[in-house]
Amino acid sequence: MPLDLPFVWAAIIAFAVLAYVVLDGFDLGVGILFPLLADREERDVAMNTIAPVWDGNETWLVLGGGGLFAVFPLAYAVLLPALYAPMIAMLLGLILRGVAFEFRWKTERGKFLWDWAFTCGSLIAAIAQGVALGALIQGIKVEGRAYAGGWLDWLTPFSLLTGIALVVGYALLGATWLVWRTDGELQSRAYALARPLALALLAAIGVVSLWTPLLNSQFLVRWFSWPAILYVVPVPLLTLAAAARLVLSLRDRHEVMPFAMTLALFVLCYIGLGISLYPAIVPPAISIWDAAAPDKSLAFLLAGTAVLLPLIIAYTVFSYWAFRGKVRAGAGYH
Amino acid sequence: MGPAMSALDLARWQFAFTISAHIIFPAFSIGLASYLAVLEGLWLATGREVYLRVFRFWLKIFAVTFGMGVVSGIVMSYQFGTNWSVFSDKTGPVLGPLMGYEVLSAFFLEAGFLGVMLFGLSRVGPRLHFLATLMVAAGTLFSAFWILSVNSWMHTPAGYAVNAKGQFVPLDWWAVVFNPSFPYRLVHMVLAAYLTTAFVVGAVGAWHLLRDRRDEAAQLMFSMALWMAAAVTPLQVAAGDMHGLNTLKHQPMKIAAMEGHYETRAGAPLILFGWPDNDAGMVRNAIEVPRLGSYILTHDWNGEVKGLKAFPRADWPNTPLVFWSFRAMVGIGFAMLGIGLWSLWARWRGGPAEARWLQRATLLMGPSGFAAVLAGWITTEVGRQPYTVYGLLRTADSISPIAAPAVAASLAMFVVVYFAVFGAGTYYILRMMGQRPSDAMHGPDPHQPVRASGLMPGPAMGRAEH
Repeated sequence: MPLDLPFVWAAIIAFAVLAYVVLDGFDLGVGILFPLLADREERDVAMNTIAPVWDGNETWLVLGGGGLFAVFPLAYAVLLPALYAPMIAMLLGLILRGVAFEFRWKTERGKFLWDWAFTCGSLIAAIAQGVALGALIQGIKVEGRAYAGGWLDWLTPFSLLTGIALVVGYALLGATWLVWRTDGELQSRAYALARPLALALLAAIGVVSLWTPLLNSQFLVRWFSWPAILYVVPVPLLTLAAAARLVLSLRDRHEVMPFAMTLALFVLCYIGLGISLYPAIVPPAISIWDAAAPDKSLAFLLAGTAVLLPLIIAYTVFSYWAFRGKVRAGAGYH
Repeated sequence: MGPAMSALDLARWQFAFTISAHIIFPAFSIGLASYLAVLEGLWLATGREVYLRVFRFWLKIFAVTFGMGVVSGIVMSYQFGTNWSVFSDKTGPVLGPLMGYEVLSAFFLEAGFLGVMLFGLSRVGPRLHFLATLMVAAGTLFSAFWILSVNSWMHTPAGYAVNAKGQFVPLDWWAVVFNPSFPYRLVHMVLAAYLTTAFVVGAVGAWHLLRDRRDEAAQLMFSMALWMAAAVTPLQVAAGDMHGLNTLKHQPMKIAAMEGHYETRAGAPLILFGWPDNDAGMVRNAIEVPRLGSYILTHDWNGEVKGLKAFPRADWPNTPLVFWSFRAMVGIGFAMLGIGLWSLWARWRGGPAEARWLQRATLLMGPSGFAAVLAGWITTEVGRQPYTVYGLLRTADSISPIAAPAVAASLAMFVVVYFAVFGAGTYYILRMMGQRPSDAMHGPDPHQPVRASGLMPGPAMGRAEH
């Protein structure tokens, strides 16, 4: 049997999107939490935990978009017009926060402005991504090879809920990241922020999980029909276990476990999403095989990806390793 | 028809605005990344502290430039889909994998090593740090390779077939990647980026020399920049000429617009200046040199040169824009050549550090590379109209089904955010350029340069603000 290239590529793109969500998730989360930190010094330290790695984190988003264009061009051509407003908002948000990393060190008077740009940009990007996700789950109207809906179809109560849920999720990733990478008062503050965020995220996961099957009878069949339920039931069970471990580790002031468990929650929700949607790439009408470019395109890019992606992961790990350890306020720089 | 037309125009304006803003940054960072690698290499090889000082000076500027390039570039990678979805659907199978390779081989490489390059000297040591600098520089060049291959394919498509769904599909990847205009465009653009950087570095060196001619760091950057200008401008003139002849072969209509030729004729003149008028089908107030146009394009005084009227009127580009942007680019190119030659003469006469008028002229030429790059891209891209894929897919047939008000709103937001953000960034960069390069080493412990950025990266960047 020949290799099912669209399936292989769907797996790679899914991995890139997940990598983006968890990696940029914690640095967007730090941005969202920025105004809740005590003072300038805490904000400086918080920013320094992510400054060396944010750019690499965001590159996964470019791989998600560029990869979609390359291997599922029809999905790229339908999804981006369908999600026009949230996508433009996300791009503008990413600009505002991205430049803040450098700009806030270039000015004393204007520093607060770039701190706000960092927060607002992070918040806008997070909401926009969550809204886009909700709109995708609800389904995209397609005629022929083009998006056929209006330019506000993405705006629904469900998509607003997923938007808020993702903000909470990113904020929790950011808080638990700070717990891991800082100490002293900043770490205590991060613990204090993480507890309510954890409860809010668990509530949001619950509501979205119960709402999603009601949107579409296919989702209902996937999750609750016999014997499918046997295959999918580990996902909610593991989610409950991770949630319990998260809450306990925050209570016991573990340093790494809260971040790890928040990552686990993201991965499990993502798997759950995959169970609902697969094999649709533009639900409900377009499957990964409908959207795929010809095998010749897929094979050409796969050949290089097989070499380059492991290399990328290797030097990304090296970069994180080079900047490991607790980040503290620079002694003697004032 | 009215509203549909205006949605198209708005989408075109949005693309033109965002890509023009974006190209400024890579045009500078491609050259600057290579320059930084050279400086760090020279520092490691010679141990001379002035190289490290100049390296640090430009590294801070590189960080800000690169950040703006990244965020404006992410916009580009999504805008094909948001605003040009039919183009994306049709060209994705051919162009998508090339862009995929750009992300995998270039963007990750740059982003992965940028953190180490900016903040990691004290953490990983000078040799590994140099490797990171080299990786970032290589990444900028890989990026140029792939994106210029994509762009060139839109001008000179090759190696493709069209499938039943109306998509371009690959037949021969070698022919796709190395399509006929790609080698010329790649060389022309990389040299342009190097020259852009050379003139910025030269202007900053000149600025500091005009204030203090003994500033060793300023002498170094001024001298290196002018060697670059002297060596590369003649190469660029040759590369530009070859690129033009390649365009004549594959896009003769574009050359006709660049030259202002409406009539097909043997022994065509070189029109120096004038105003091309598409409606009248002639160049008004033309100042021309007889027969020279034919000689340049065909290397024969009586060679036949095709005019715009040999092509359907509906396919003509905006001739005045192509005609004048081309002249702006060429004019700046020759001014750069002049600076390069002047610098050789100044070296012979006692050194560039003493050549005050050369310094003033170089200072004036500081932004010239950006103007030339923009003018050149306007020439080639406006000259590609009314097609996105030349001769095969019209711009009007490439657009997303987005209503005009939505595009108008996004365009307005891009304009506001770009002017605010990139305006501020440009201001910070100019201010950093104005700081004396001899101060670039000042910090809590100037005697330990390797540790001068401290353990905390951010504050090290902030400390330079005095």
